[in-house]
Amino acid sequence: MAALINVPAKARRGDVIEIKALTSHIMETGYRRTAAGEIVPRDIITSFTCRFNGTEIFRADFFPALAANPFLSFFMVANDSGKFDFEWIGDHGFSTTASASLSVVE
Amino acid sequence: MRRLIAIVVLLTTPSLLHAGEIPPAERRSGYSFMAPDTKAMQDDDTANPGMLWVMEGEGLWAKKDGASEKACADCHGDARESMKGVATRYPAFDQTLGQPVDLEQAINLSRARHQQASPLAHESRELLALEAYIAEQSRGMPIAAGADPQLAAFVEKGHDLFIAREGQLNLSCANCHDDNWDKRLAGSAITQGQPTGYPLYRLEWQSLGSLQRRLRGCITGVRAQAFDFDSPEMVELELYLMTRAAGMPIEAPAVRP
Repeated sequence: MAALINVPAKARRGDVIEIKALTSHIMETGYRRTAAGEIVPRDIITSFTCRFNGTEIFRADFFPALAANPFLSFFMVANDSGKFDFEWIGDHGFSTTASASLSVVE
Repeated sequence: MRRLIAIVVLLTTPSLLHAGEIPPAERRSGYSFMAPDTKAMQDDDTANPGMLWVMEGEGLWAKKDGASEKACADCHGDARESMKGVATRYPAFDQTLGQPVDLEQAINLSRARHQQASPLAHESRELLALEAYIAEQSRGMPIAAGADPQLAAFVEKGHDLFIAREGQLNLSCANCHDDNWDKRLAGSAITQGQPTGYPLYRLEWQSLGSLQRRLRGCITGVRAQAFDFDSPEMVELELYLMTRAAGMPIEAPAVRP
């Protein structure tokens, strides 16, 4: 599944940077029923993790009330250049990853 | 002299505009009615969920499909070149069918005629993704649908549908979107119903959706029986709406509340 990441390519050491991550997912709550009355099985993302150079910097647990195609935005102090790894994990073995790089200049 | 010019202008221009129609200078995209947060979502390609479909469409464009084992790209090449401006001209007249087809129908016709592939279902992820990818290539370009003289009769039929009262509420499209677009219905802006951003991401849908889906929602809203997907009436309405928005820039994939 697709994901869109928005991280500045460059930052100055000590800058606070915003990291934005949008991914494609239906986030089916498990509370809806079909016209025939059967429950539509829950199908959501349950966890999101962002690692920077291997170290976890942000994590979120997701619940059924979250909208489809969840969008997250969070902040970090840019101290070093490196690579972001994003991972979404969900029901029925759902898993998707994305990455982005940051280069820090003095 | 000025009076003479005024008369000449009166004699030459009004035939293009139906009575009660919004003059070009007052045409406003649904975008202009939105809250700053929703505008910001549309403006940022990494926050606009419609771009997820565009990305997927880019992948499908190059994917081989059907008995022909051909991809869209095998005939059309790079969509960024070949599909530029295409969405501004749909619905367009199909010579074989002798009637207008919208962009989604054109995609499915091309699949059938050149890929020997089965049609993609309405509102399916794949069809919306391809449509979004193609429409995105026309971003910022002015809508130019309906210029083909073979379409004139269909535009007229679309206009008749637009002004026909229907449903238990006995309302026509024009009652809201021509006559009362500067007002509000409950908390929401009524808007002019300009089809500049389709396929678009509606927060209410939590998904991308087509203009036909939107029209069916509106028709159901006045408690009338909605036209079927791809029915001639649907396409005529789409066609009229596009001519009504002539010159407005394409925003696809737009975001709407």
